[in-house]
Formats: sequence, C-alpha cells, structure tokens
Amino acid sequence: MRNSIALLGIAIATVGCQREERQLRLDPPVAAALDKIALMPNAISGAPPETYFALDKPYESNAYNLSQGKRLYSWFGCKTCHSDGQGGVGPAFLDGWWYYGPEMVSIFASIRDGRPHGMPAFRDKMTTEQIWQLAGYVQTIGAYSAKTAAPSRNDEKQTRPSENRAPAAILFDQGPTPVHPDQGPTP
Amino acid sequence: MLAFASLLALTGCTGWQSVLDVQGSPAITLKQLIILIVVVCSVVWALVMVALILALWRRREVQERPFFLNQGIERRLTAAVVMAVAASVIIISAFTVFSFFTTHTLSVANTDDLTVKVRGLQWWWNVEYFASTPDHRFETANEIHIPIGRNVRLQLEGLDVIHSFWVPSLAGKQDLIPGRPNELTIRAERPGVYRGQCAEFCGLQHAHMAFFVIAEEQPTFDEWARLQRENATVASELEVAAGQQVFLSKPCAACHAIRGTSASGTTGPDLTHVGGRKYIAAGLLETTRGSLAAWIADPQTLKPGNNMPMVPLNADELRSVSAYLASLK
Repeated sequence: MRNSIALLGIAIATVGCQREERQLRLDPPVAAALDKIALMPNAISGAPPETYFALDKPYESNAYNLSQGKRLYSWFGCKTCHSDGQGGVGPAFLDGWWYYGPEMVSIFASIRDGRPHGMPAFRDKMTTEQIWQLAGYVQTIGAYSAKTAAPSRNDEKQTRPSENRAPAAILFDQGPTPVHPDQGPTP
Repeated sequence: MLAFASLLALTGCTGWQSVLDVQGSPAITLKQLIILIVVVCSVVWALVMVALILALWRRREVQERPFFLNQGIERRLTAAVVMAVAASVIIISAFTVFSFFTTHTLSVANTDDLTVKVRGLQWWWNVEYFASTPDHRFETANEIHIPIGRNVRLQLEGLDVIHSFWVPSLAGKQDLIPGRPNELTIRAERPGVYRGQCAEFCGLQHAHMAFFVIAEEQPTFDEWARLQRENATVASELEVAAGQQVFLSKPCAACHAIRGTSASGTTGPDLTHVGGRKYIAAGLLETTRGSLAAWIADPQTLKPGNNMPMVPLNADELRSVSAYLASLK
C-alpha cells in the first residue's frame, strides 16, 4: 500500500517535467510569414503576424531563443555601438527608455529596417528568425521586470547585472529632467 | 552472439581513426603503452582467476579444533599474501615509471617545423596557418594539411566552450579550453588521411564535429599552402558569377569570408577554398556540388542546432550558389 502511494507520488512529480520546446528549424513558409509584420505608418510599433501568436510568441520567453539572440548580439557587432546595453555611439537599452517602444515589433523593425541617425538595416545580413531572436534578447536587456526565461550566462566578464536580474529596472535613470514633460509616469 | 560481439570489437583495429592503427610518433608510443598495460593486466587477471577457481575447488577439511591455529597453514598463507602484495606493488610501480617516461615526452617537441593554430568553436574547427609575413597567413576550416616526417606544433584554444582535439592515429587527446592556450605536437610518418573528432562534449552537435589531418609529401604540402594563400578563383562562367552575386547579397557574406571578394565575415568558417576540401560541415558530408546545395538549403535538418541559419533561397539561387562554392578549389 505504501509502495503504491510512493510510486504514485513519483509518477505525479515526474509527469510535470516538461522540457522547454526548442524550434531548431522553422518551416520556410512560417519563416516567410514571420517577416510580414504590420508596422504603423510612423514605423513605431505595430502588430506581429498571426503566425507569431500561433507559435505562442516564441521569441519573448523561450530561453533557447534568448540565448541565440545573445550570441547574435556579439556576432553581428551590436557591441560596437551599443556595448553591453549601456550604449555609446548608439542608444542604451539599460536606462529603461525606448525611442520606439519596447514592443517586439518595434525592435524587430529597428533591426530589420534600420533607424535614422546610424542604425543599419540587417535584413540582408540576417535571416528573419535570427532578427526575431535578437529582438527578443534586446527586449530582455531593457525589460522593466524580469522575464520567466533568461538567456545563457556571459562568457566574458560581467560589466552589468545579468539579464535575468532585469538590469534596466536596477539601472533605470530618469535623467535630470524628463525628456518630455507629458511623457507620463516613469516605468 | 559472442563471436559477433568480438568481431565488433575488432573493427577498431584498422582504419583512418584508430588508436591501434597508428601512423605518427605520439600515437605509436601511446599504443606501446596500451599494449603493455593490457597484456600485463590480462595476465594478472588470468592468474587471479586461476587462483580463485583452485581455491573454490579444493575445499578445506573441517577443522576439529577451530580456535587453534595450524602453524603450517598460517605460514603458507602469510607467504602467499606477502608475495601477492609485493607483486602488486612492483607491477604498479613499473606501470607508473613506464607511463611517466612514455608520456612526458609527448607534450611538446623541442623543435617544430610548422605551427598551426586550431581554434575550436561550436561545432567546427578554425585552422590558421602562420607564415613569415602576416600577409601570407591563411585560414581554413576542419582540415589540417601537414608535411610528413616533420614535427607540427598545434596551438589549441577554444573560443566558446571546452572542446578536445583527438586524431587517434597520430596523437592523444588535448583539450581546447577558452582562455588557456594548449599545445600538441603531431608527426605523421606516412602520407594519408587521418580522421579526428572532438573528444569533449560541447553541445548539441558534438558528435558531428570531425576534422581531417591530411599528411602529404613536403612538395605537395608546399603547393597546397601556396594555393591556399591565394585569393578565391575569379568566377568565369555565368552561373558561377551569378552564384557569387547571390552569396554577396544574401546573409552568407555576413558570417563567411571569401578572400578576394567583399565577403569578410569572421563568425563562420572561411570559404575561400571550400570546394577543395574533402568534407564540409565538420566532416558531415563529402564536398560535392550536391552536398553543398543540400547543406545550404537546410543546415538545420542535417545538423540540428548548429549556428548556420536556413537562408531562404529559390531554386535558381541555390543552384548558382552551390556551383560557385564548388568552384572555389
């Protein structure tokens, strides 16, 4: 009697073990569909394609995709302008301010199409899936609260709190005066 | 069943990736050590088994007075135990001495004739040849050519996780550790193709991280190095030129370098002479136009999880880019 209860307990505990799903390969039609975001006319924010929701928003809280985004962040030279998120030539992700909003679509459009004042377009240099992965990672750096998934840890020395500690919340800097007085409450 | 199992074990005796089919000096000394230890341990094991079986067979008579020691038996027992302990100590000391003198010469040779830097990445090998002047250095991937009869010093370093360089026919294993350069000296005595693979678990495709060491006569090696130093062959045919355009306009050029074109990506393998290599994708496929097309069309099905994305190409683009890469000999 005790044995069967113990076995039942073990079975219940292990049945809940579910490894995160990794999409190593998107079907080509799905990958093509993910490129068709609906951008607002001023290119700030918009709606992701239907496929994005059908896949259950795979690039926001999937640890594998976030880790791949972190790798791509180093691979494609983002550090030359944005360093580790603290900015430089390019804007910082860590201060909690987003020029074009923190939505995935805005970040995706920034990376794919470029932005004024020096952000190059990466549509010919990366595949759609890679741009989404990178966008998810960039959103993680600047997230106001920690996501449920985290990218892998740094291989090089830590220069700021790691992504799973929501560094933007720690390092948020309002500045001496708000950028726009009617900008609303601070995040 | 037993015969089949023993036949399976014998498949390791020959071949291009065999610890027992040795063609280079560090591996030859290691093989001698292996044979010595296996033979001695087999003999010891056989003797122990014989003694055990004899002891089980010859059961002792029941003692009438169990608490009184029989001096004769006790003396013989003591002698047997002392001899066994002495034999163990002697054998183990002999092993230690032999092993030390065999392996301490294997780490680095005093003189080396060629230095090659090997960097391990997930899941391929970046090979860099130096020269007297920096403009004569070149990079290739997954294939190391060496001249026979010369000591070749390999400088090993990992770039992301720990890998291990193992070409069993030529040498033992040496790890590639991020931030810590290691060295290994190999020396091939006979020309041939020797396969090696990564020997430290490094991720999803650790099993498909092979490389080839190709030992050649010195003149052949010099000719190969001279050809490798040159930039990529200029496209002459129409399809090949179209393929070059596809390569440069798609994400290919962002990760791969082809010297002589504007493609100068450093995160993926150097493709300047990819058509001349025997295998692509770290030993996954033999290099043919078809396998190049298959790899480019869908790398994630062939090697799931590897860092090359599936770039969308239509049929014409795929045909021309595979013709282009196959022409880069």
